Amino acid sequence: MTRDRVAKISLYAILCAGLLAVVGPFLWMLLSSFKPEADIRSVPPTWWPSTWTLDHYRELFDRLDFPQYFANSAIVAVLVTAGNLLFCSLLGYALAKLDFPGRRALFLTVLGMLMVPGMVTFVPQFVLVSNMGLANTYAGLVLPFLAGPFGVFLMRQFLLSIPDDLIEAARVDGAGEWRIFWRVVLPLCKPALATLGILTFLSSWNNFLWPLVVATTDDKYTLPVALALYAIGQNRIYYGLLLAGAVVVVVPVLIVFLALQRHFMRGIATTGLK
Amino acid sequence: MTALAERPVTAAPEAIRKRRRKWTGWAFAAPFTVLFLVFALLPVVASLVMSVTDMRATDLRTPLAVDFVGLDNYTRLFSDDLFLRSAVNTLVFVVIGVPLTIVAALAAANGLNSGLIRFRAVFRVGFYLPVVTSIVAIAVIWRFLLDPEAGLVDNLLGLVGIQGPNWLGDSSTSLGSIIVMAAWRNFGSLMVIFLAALQGIPNDLYEAARLDGAGRWQQFSRITIPLMRPALLFGAVITGIGYLQLFEEPLVMTQGGPLSSTLSVSYHIYNQFGFGNYGYAAAASYVLFVAIVALSVLQFRLLGNRDD
Repeated sequence: MTRDRVAKISLYAILCAGLLAVVGPFLWMLLSSFKPEADIRSVPPTWWPSTWTLDHYRELFDRLDFPQYFANSAIVAVLVTAGNLLFCSLLGYALAKLDFPGRRALFLTVLGMLMVPGMVTFVPQFVLVSNMGLANTYAGLVLPFLAGPFGVFLMRQFLLSIPDDLIEAARVDGAGEWRIFWRVVLPLCKPALATLGILTFLSSWNNFLWPLVVATTDDKYTLPVALALYAIGQNRIYYGLLLAGAVVVVVPVLIVFLALQRHFMRGIATTGLK
Repeated sequence: MTALAERPVTAAPEAIRKRRRKWTGWAFAAPFTVLFLVFALLPVVASLVMSVTDMRATDLRTPLAVDFVGLDNYTRLFSDDLFLRSAVNTLVFVVIGVPLTIVAALAAANGLNSGLIRFRAVFRVGFYLPVVTSIVAIAVIWRFLLDPEAGLVDNLLGLVGIQGPNWLGDSSTSLGSIIVMAAWRNFGSLMVIFLAALQGIPNDLYEAARLDGAGRWQQFSRITIPLMRPALLFGAVITGIGYLQLFEEPLVMTQGGPLSSTLSVSYHIYNQFGFGNYGYAAAASYVLFVAIVALSVLQFRLLGNRDD
């Protein structure tokens, strides 16, 4: 009995230490973003602000263009998410439930794309988007991400579990294929669509390399790009500003994540991908 | 009776419907497929073609007017000291980083699965938090944590009388710091996969083992690990594919330095792209592609089903 207690307490202790190591830096970031600059640089570092200040946030939103970056991130993420939900569920349905020539080849090609490193497509994509005249436009930021292989995989796997009878019954009732998809299939897909929607939104919100290269002027920067450009290659780094910027990048994600985390966990556990 | 009545009615439309359904399939597949062809498949092929040309940034507007140079880019790569350095760095990152991440994820998953844990959801969400956070935000936090003067890590070490190193500024600790940070950031997603796998192991197996006098470690090594093999393999392959493409961490943490100690293959490709050497960058990206396929095959061989 006592041995079990010891085991239990030490397990809790280890887990709590781990939690502190993972979540602690985030808490420290949040607290520090309200500290005066001198406080942040104090040696040894302190946890609690000596005086609370909103100066860094004011600077971000008044002097720097963070509302614009925030809007850009949101616009791009919403468009990418909407596109993926639509296109991936259409193809996922075709692959799972419709018989057409080339189906297997198409599925394997899309799946194979998951193994191709981003750097292989990066340079030609840039050449392509530049030649289409889409550099530094929302279209250039969104188009390459509208058709993600991961979404097709997720939707197809989910749709395979939906019984054919439901679709066949609708067909017998005389419903057209398009109508069946919208009225019968999509409503059944809500859980998968929720998972795909959240994962796509997050990966677009956090996407960094592509907008860094394609967005060349201030008015098209997304949040991570703006933050990185302030963080990298500055001679004098204002940590308060950076930490507040990091909070602005992280907090929306945090809210989405905490509100919908069961969809995450299910999506990851079933498909094994993030 | 009903069959007799129905057959002539349904047989003819069935054939038509079948033919029509062929086209329906492609109609549903078309929007994705068009985008996929233009923005994914075409670039994959274009990259391969570019890798045997001398395409540079100045050819951006006339990508078809470049010269064929055969395998020159590839042979140049393997005499490029910086590329070789980046390959070694990436290999070290994968060889140490993948096992580290898997062990951390396995430990967390086992801890949370041991049945006596309350607040399991809190731990799970907490451990998963870095996975959903922007790498740029994480870099801001970690650069500050690892700051040799005002940083939390070195100040904590100072409390126990250890003079902490300049983690990111010293070429002997910079890659190690990036490895630890990557494991810290990524173990949460593997943990969720492992938790799902652990919950699929029937409890009677452990009961039986306990009756036979097996200790905790024996249960873990004889039951848990073998039954988790598919999940472990999957985790190793996914993490391996991701880690071979190491890029954003060094870009935002160290810019590849100091002294190229954190320059990865993807970072080298990105730099070559920045210098305008498109053909050369494309060749390097295909070498990385081959490495990813090779590592995945190797892991399937090593960890795949060999019991039967």
